Amino acid sequence: MTGDLIAARDVHVAFGGGRRLFGGASPRVEVLKGVSVRIARKETVGIVGESGSGKTTLGRVLLRLVETTAGRVEFDGQDITRLPETSMRPLRRRMQPIFQDPLACLNPRHTIRRIVTEPLLFHGVASGRSEAEAKARRIFDRFSLPSACLDRYPHELSGGQRQRVGIARAALLAPDFLLADEIVSGLDVSTQAQVLNLIGSLSLDLGLAMAFISHDLSVIRTVCDRVYVLRLGEIVEEGSCESVFSAPRHPYTRALIDAIPLPTITPDWLLRTPAVEAAA
Amino acid sequence: MSEPVLTVRGLGAVSERDRAPILHDVSLSVNRGETRGLVGESGAGKSTIGKAILGILPRTVRVTAGVIRFEGQDLLTMPAEPLRRLIGERVALIPQDPMSALNPGRRIEGQLTDGLRLWRGLDGAAARKTALKLLDEVQIRDPERVLKSYPHELSGGMRQRALIAAAFALEPRLIVADEPTTALDVTVQKQILRLVRAMQRAHGTAVVFITHDLGVVAQVCDEVTLLFGGRVIEEGRTADMFERPRHAYTRALLDECPRYDRPKAALRPVPAEVIAGLRAEAGR
Repeated sequence: MTGDLIAARDVHVAFGGGRRLFGGASPRVEVLKGVSVRIARKETVGIVGESGSGKTTLGRVLLRLVETTAGRVEFDGQDITRLPETSMRPLRRRMQPIFQDPLACLNPRHTIRRIVTEPLLFHGVASGRSEAEAKARRIFDRFSLPSACLDRYPHELSGGQRQRVGIARAALLAPDFLLADEIVSGLDVSTQAQVLNLIGSLSLDLGLAMAFISHDLSVIRTVCDRVYVLRLGEIVEEGSCESVFSAPRHPYTRALIDAIPLPTITPDWLLRTPAVEAAA
Repeated sequence: MSEPVLTVRGLGAVSERDRAPILHDVSLSVNRGETRGLVGESGAGKSTIGKAILGILPRTVRVTAGVIRFEGQDLLTMPAEPLRRLIGERVALIPQDPMSALNPGRRIEGQLTDGLRLWRGLDGAAARKTALKLLDEVQIRDPERVLKSYPHELSGGMRQRALIAAAFALEPRLIVADEPTTALDVTVQKQILRLVRAMQRAHGTAVVFITHDLGVVAQVCDEVTLLFGGRVIEEGRTADMFERPRHAYTRALLDECPRYDRPKAALRPVPAEVIAGLRAEAGR
């Protein structure tokens, strides 16, 4: 296939199963059971599921941060499933993650300046400190981040600012693929709206392919073109957002959609029980 | 209508550290068997109000004005010991994070029956019997096993059910539910919301429901108070606020919520001038 930037084919991931310190076997857990996803250039794809569905592991598989037990991962036509780290490195710049809790993934002892400029120098995107800083200032401007933030430490910023720094750090490397894992779940609705709009315009301007992982179908609907519904390590439904949301085929998808309380008075919502809830 | 179970009038509070206002002239009431939603973004003061009601404000917050009237008494001026008895026996809390609200080193049984033994003077066997009945009422299928379990052995939804059982154990008149479903998956959230609603109806309990989720408010609250910067922005029957929002901030908040029933589109964040207006009003 030519249009796909990134694809996972029949991926299995299992954790555990090894020997414990004192000889017993740790239980083996299959987190992904034959999952296939593909993301085309310029496409934003949602991956939705509840806790334990394997959505975060799937995201990590796409970036090759987790080794697969079976299956194949391809990036830009190249099989990266078993690529050694030295050959991965030039690809790493092109695939960037943004995680849920920016406070946990921004080094607390580094200034924001160091956090955003160091990757530019490492990957050779900027030739020197002054160029890196100029790039950082430009993107901060665009993201409505005061340039005074550059001298601050992560804990001194608000949640929304920290998340925008995380996005800026990823965007500065001009990646082809962006993995956004639950990036708005800790934020207030107004901050959420800003971050989602930012992500939307960014993917448009840079022509990014994006995997947007979330437990929140309303957020997925707002930013994604296509969606995969993941449950217990398997994809139960996939399709364009339009068709999945207007006519969900799988009972689990229906239950997920039905469980979302909309900010509109719906007199029977609380008592309405989809048939699958008992099975879930 | 009979007198509300809880009435808060003109409540004001400041930070001890820098005298910054935290609450300003907050008034609200909750009727028997009804749910009052307290909704707002972080920093709106919703949890502070919940803590003031329960008498568990941190030392860094000082109440400067107002009355909190419950069962005919002003909680803010009551001496400590009678206050402890009144709150302990007649008001309960459903917290946000069931893992940190439960003691990880104690079995559920002890944690569920503390109140029954302390306030009702039940002995172990009688308390256990009541606990089993409560767990059955919150639809836990295997109550015997749950009583013997430690918190980490239960799922998030089960832990929250156990806490709801504990909250209803003493038949309180008022329950403060502080973001009780925020940490849960949506399908579990719906089951928990339905459960709280059913229990509340069956027992005639008044509930103060603190949340940031306007969707949850629309589906479970009878009345709602929308807060910003420690002030009440809008207040009234829930249906009225959602169908005919009066304040520009309310309309903006409803506009910017991502919703699965609306196609992919840019969201309209709350306009800067609305926020600026609210800030000016609050004097900060």
